[in-house]
Amino acid sequence: MTKEEMTSWLLGIEPAAVIDDTGEWLVVQLSADPWRNFATLIRKGPPEMDFLFCLTAVDWKTHLTVVYHLRNTHTDETLVVKVQLDRENPQIASVGDIWRTAEFHEREAFEMFGINFTGHPDLRKLILPDDFEGFPMRKDFEDPVNMIKL
Amino acid sequence: MEIGQPVKDLKSTFPGQVIDVPGGGIVAAGFQDLINWARSNSLWPLTFATSCCGIEMMSTAAAKYDFARFGFEVARATPRQADVIIIAGTIVNKMAPVLKRLYDQMADPKYVIAMGACAISGGPFFYNTYSVVKGADHVIPVDVYIPGCPPRPEALLHALLTLQEKIKTGQTREQIRNSSTQVS
Repeated sequence: MTKEEMTSWLLGIEPAAVIDDTGEWLVVQLSADPWRNFATLIRKGPPEMDFLFCLTAVDWKTHLTVVYHLRNTHTDETLVVKVQLDRENPQIASVGDIWRTAEFHEREAFEMFGINFTGHPDLRKLILPDDFEGFPMRKDFEDPVNMIKL
Repeated sequence: MEIGQPVKDLKSTFPGQVIDVPGGGIVAAGFQDLINWARSNSLWPLTFATSCCGIEMMSTAAAKYDFARFGFEVARATPRQADVIIIAGTIVNKMAPVLKRLYDQMADPKYVIAMGACAISGGPFFYNTYSVVKGADHVIPVDVYIPGCPPRPEALLHALLTLQEKIKTGQTREQIRNSSTQVS
């Protein structure tokens, strides 16, 4: 599928999406509300995005962005989905039941950025100790005990 | 031992003298000196490496550098059989209790070498990280520090020989602690 075909396919699913095809991979920008439905449809395809190979987040100080990297393992077509979230109350639907791997990726994004994945079956901290306070990957995170500032 | 000072010839550092008598010889030496001499030449390291310094440590143990030549005969996989722990890598907050426990499980006399920037000060993780211990000496006492990121095998060998020198002269932390408790 060419980038143009992919673009029209994605716009057909979600007309409000903003698509950037200047990079190596097609980047789709979405808001949080249509994400769940959008994810279900691109998982089904065609081309079915059957592999979520990276799920992470970015703190832009003004807002948070969750980034999903998806791939079709038969044709190697890759798609990047970026969802902008409110920094004060970041909420997005979990896709752990669509791509099973998202389950632990979402736990990591939860502990590092404090993003609340609604509908996640077991949203606990993944690597950090259970009593850890704060979200260490946020730009304004400060830890007076462990961090040294000069 | 000063940095840059050449390492002494190991054979010439025997702390006593051999008095030749017919049919053999008699060794005359201070008992503590003799013990330290013997201990310093049989230091078995613990198989413990937490990051890339471990690769250099493995290289030092392997054929090209071969620290067995200096008495670091074989790395032991259990702290019960190890004499020296080479902290080869980053110690994170979650690892710190494990390191302390390993150190406590080692039998006396025991010695510690902090290898590389991470083990000395947290290294590249010194600033603005929530997860790294800023130097292994916050957790256990260290006898010898090796700068480098990671240090070359030669540097580790130098540190190992430095540790031997410290043991022979009774200057390791444990020896100083024990001698002070004996006096009081």
